[in-house]
Amino acid sequence: MTEMLITNGFVFDPLNKINGEKMDVAIRDGKIVESVSDQNAKKIDATGLTVMPGAIDVHTHIAGGEVNTGRMIRPEDHVKDVVRKTALTRSGVGYSIPSTFVTGYRYSKMGYTTVMNPSMAPLGAKHTHEELNDIPLLDKATFPLLGDWWFVLENLQKGDLEGCARHIAWMMETTKGYAIKIVNPGGLESWGFGRNVHSIDDVVPNFDITPREIVCGLAKVNKMLNLPHTIHLHTNNLGIPGNFATTLETMKALESVPNDGKPICHITHVQFSSFAGDNWGNMRSAAEEISRYINNHNHMTFDMGQIIFTDTTTMTADGPFEFTLYQLSGHKWVNSDVETETSGGIIPMHYKRTSAVNATQWSIGLELALLVKDPWKIFMTTDHPNAGPFFKYPKIIAWLTSKKARMATLARCHKKAQKKSLLPSINRELSLYELAIMTRAGQAKALGLKGKGHLGVGADADVAIYNINPEILDIAKKYKTARKAFDSTAYTIKDGKIVVKDGEVVQNVDGRTLWLDVKTREQLKVDEEMKHKFKEYWTVEYENYPVFDHYVKVPEAITVKADV
Amino acid sequence: VSVINAVTCPICGCLCDDIEVTVVENEVVKVKNGCAVCEAKYLGYKSEHRIRQPLIRKDDKFVAVPMKEAIHKAAEILANANYPILYGWSSTNCEAQRVGVELAEEVGGVLDNTAVVCHGPSLMGTQEVGIPTSTLGQIRHRADVIIYWGCDPWSAHPRHLERYTSFTEGRFEDSEWKSYLNKVKAAAGKKKLLSAQRVAPKQQRAAVADSLVFNKPPEILQKEGRKLIVIDVRKSMTAEMADYFLKVEPNKDYELMQAIRAMVKDEELDVDQVAGIPVEYLKEVVDALVNCKFGVIFFGMGLTQSAGKFRNIEVAISLTRDLNMRTKFLIMPMRGHFNVSGANIVFAWQSGYSFGVDFSLGYPRYNPGETTSMDILLRGESDAALVIASDPGATFPKRAIQHMVKHPLIVIDPHMNPTAMLGDIVFPSAFVGIEVEGTAYRMDNVPLPLKKVVEPPEGILSDEELLKKILQEVRSIKAQKAQKKAEAA
Repeated sequence: MTEMLITNGFVFDPLNKINGEKMDVAIRDGKIVESVSDQNAKKIDATGLTVMPGAIDVHTHIAGGEVNTGRMIRPEDHVKDVVRKTALTRSGVGYSIPSTFVTGYRYSKMGYTTVMNPSMAPLGAKHTHEELNDIPLLDKATFPLLGDWWFVLENLQKGDLEGCARHIAWMMETTKGYAIKIVNPGGLESWGFGRNVHSIDDVVPNFDITPREIVCGLAKVNKMLNLPHTIHLHTNNLGIPGNFATTLETMKALESVPNDGKPICHITHVQFSSFAGDNWGNMRSAAEEISRYINNHNHMTFDMGQIIFTDTTTMTADGPFEFTLYQLSGHKWVNSDVETETSGGIIPMHYKRTSAVNATQWSIGLELALLVKDPWKIFMTTDHPNAGPFFKYPKIIAWLTSKKARMATLARCHKKAQKKSLLPSINRELSLYELAIMTRAGQAKALGLKGKGHLGVGADADVAIYNINPEILDIAKKYKTARKAFDSTAYTIKDGKIVVKDGEVVQNVDGRTLWLDVKTREQLKVDEEMKHKFKEYWTVEYENYPVFDHYVKVPEAITVKADV
Repeated sequence: VSVINAVTCPICGCLCDDIEVTVVENEVVKVKNGCAVCEAKYLGYKSEHRIRQPLIRKDDKFVAVPMKEAIHKAAEILANANYPILYGWSSTNCEAQRVGVELAEEVGGVLDNTAVVCHGPSLMGTQEVGIPTSTLGQIRHRADVIIYWGCDPWSAHPRHLERYTSFTEGRFEDSEWKSYLNKVKAAAGKKKLLSAQRVAPKQQRAAVADSLVFNKPPEILQKEGRKLIVIDVRKSMTAEMADYFLKVEPNKDYELMQAIRAMVKDEELDVDQVAGIPVEYLKEVVDALVNCKFGVIFFGMGLTQSAGKFRNIEVAISLTRDLNMRTKFLIMPMRGHFNVSGANIVFAWQSGYSFGVDFSLGYPRYNPGETTSMDILLRGESDAALVIASDPGATFPKRAIQHMVKHPLIVIDPHMNPTAMLGDIVFPSAFVGIEVEGTAYRMDNVPLPLKKVVEPPEGILSDEELLKKILQEVRSIKAQKAQKKAEAA
């Protein structure tokens, strides 16, 4: 039995409505408890420090085929950010696509304890899990790409929602996945022959189905399966001027799905889906239109996809979009279609303050986060590494909590972008409480992670302690000090063990991999059907397709009972 | 008798996973579905060349030693070396490769795999321009133009056409197996006719071959259905089955690709022929490329290791990029060893780089030409080597090997291969994919599980176990050294 007591810190725990109260947090055997015995417990004096639940990233590309191909094609990205071996930690490289060990260390240093890898081609699922095993200090989960999977398209086209649900359940278990990821629905299958869909009512070639039917169908399926997270959607027309209309239409289409007042869909990196204008010349922010809709509806959650001005690498399953970027940039371009399932692409990208488009994109992300009134609806991400590397999060925190910080950056942006930006008119500065929602509590709630994102009794003892005294430090004014504090924690505690102290890794702990074991009524029938059809669809054998148990180093299966 | 199905074949980058192996009393007696190479490996892996126990060279003779002694000696060599090379990795599983990275990091050595002498230029090419590619099933379902450039799958990847390209039934494209059979039948008929006309056998052969491969592009190139085009310096086995064969002059691939790129962009060429191929024929080929629904180029060492090296790959990928402005076109390297892709992948996720990774400064560094094993050997810089799951003794230039054997050489291999014969310490290892399970990556980076179908000979460890033991021993030697140093101070 190991016990720990974090004493006298300012605790921010929004899920339990604790807003900066001075209190103790007790830990026993990796869980938060009511109290611990005074003598035995290891004490951490958090006087004058901010205590929050471990941070959660709802969307970050850190492992798998796509990410690794990005590493392989970008030696120039690694060479500027190298990490030495120490007695405790492995060597590696950083910057936009850090090696696996470095990914774990850097997240942990910022107080993160749980991350979601949102994009996994089912055929490459073993690869994703092998990499996740090599990412230390974090709990992880990964979302299989299912929006253009032939079995989904075929079942939805037939109108067989239950059949679709059973196949998805099979896939969750087979790939050890956590949520349904949908990327440019219909577009990826079309991309198989080099085409795309351009509205939610375009028909997918060869399958006679529309993106609207795919998204609404899968939202219903998600509900039938009782999955903890909603569908996780990357919208059609992403990254194209004028696409906010598509985004609005998608959200409106989803109103038709029964929701009992709870979110039924998460639109990810919404910044990339909120462009107005009709070409790159007159492209402008649609944050007003999008946030107005969000403020009036409760069936969706979002994450930012905030741009960071730096050299990074875009990677997404949206193959046709990466091709668009290739046509725009002529940069090195990876396309990686996956049989029967999905596609993918990679383009290196340098977001520049001096580019009107990039600066506008930067502004859109912040506008959205600040104009959406309810912080439980929109979370902080960069869609790592698409809009910027994750270890730049402290910058975003500064922009969100300090008008001074964002105006200082805006002043250095392209004049055209400055003129169009809504930021000067927005005075909102997020409090630490709101920030805790956007970086952990809200994400935990949206992901359905019961034991995470809060410090109530029974929760996982994942805690981040920052060098911030809210009584003394005004983070809106002293944003640089705050940024530094969020850059490296005083302590990061994972499962009740101190893993980071004063920004240095002090202990190696393997995180767990969460996955869903979805129980349906006719599991065996689906197994048989898949076995029968397998050779028609894939070039590997049915027996060799699943992610076997030994591919997950520290598994945590979450059993879900489906309605079908 | 046990029959094991869905076994993954540990030979080439095709990684066929539909092999059925029959085992009787720990012996493989029958292999179904595999190609000739696969059968030969499963039935013949227990040859007399198998190493049975750890060996150490003493007075120029191998002496069998206990495992513990060999491990200690090997660890001592690596721990004391300034700049060791850890080379090979392509014929073992990812689990062993993972330990390999850790070992290389621990000893501050250079970690390199066989890509350095095969598809290293392909990796460098992709670092220049990226790579539009896909998994093999995508090609099976959709491709209607299939090009093999500088490779001969019929010989080197025998089931590639049958499982993934021309001769497989896809959702949107049919197999061309029947039309190939018709072609063969027609050729046989022609042969009969010729022999009835009493043509000499030598001329007969030439005439038959000509009937299969046309000089002028056949009409079929402009029609619906799958087309197979082979581009090579010689008429390979694959070329004989192709719908069209372009014979490129040796070392002129770069020129030919640039010419095709120009023609794809509708530019006129001022010459009559390029790389030995008439431009008017080339025009018809280009028409077939831009008018297809889904095309793919597979390339082999004919491109990566001929004049131009990685620039060939860069231009091949650029050609594919250009073609994507007109239609859908992809490109894929024909990886050789069954898990060379895996070595690149594992190295990359742990260190950021896929081959030629130098840990001597305490962090990973990559600069092909400088940190690649071949160049280090040729410059005579390394002072020890560990070779695993490969055979540089048979494939590296003499000068490189001469330097390698000047310094201590540790070899881990199931067989007494040429490299092992040169070694100072030789560890026997179990056959990955036959006696050891694990993971391997197919040429299209799809991970597949390898199976253990028989038990390894007694006392023989897997690569992974051996490496773990060596790593542990290295750490304890280093700890002892550090302690001594501290005491002295």
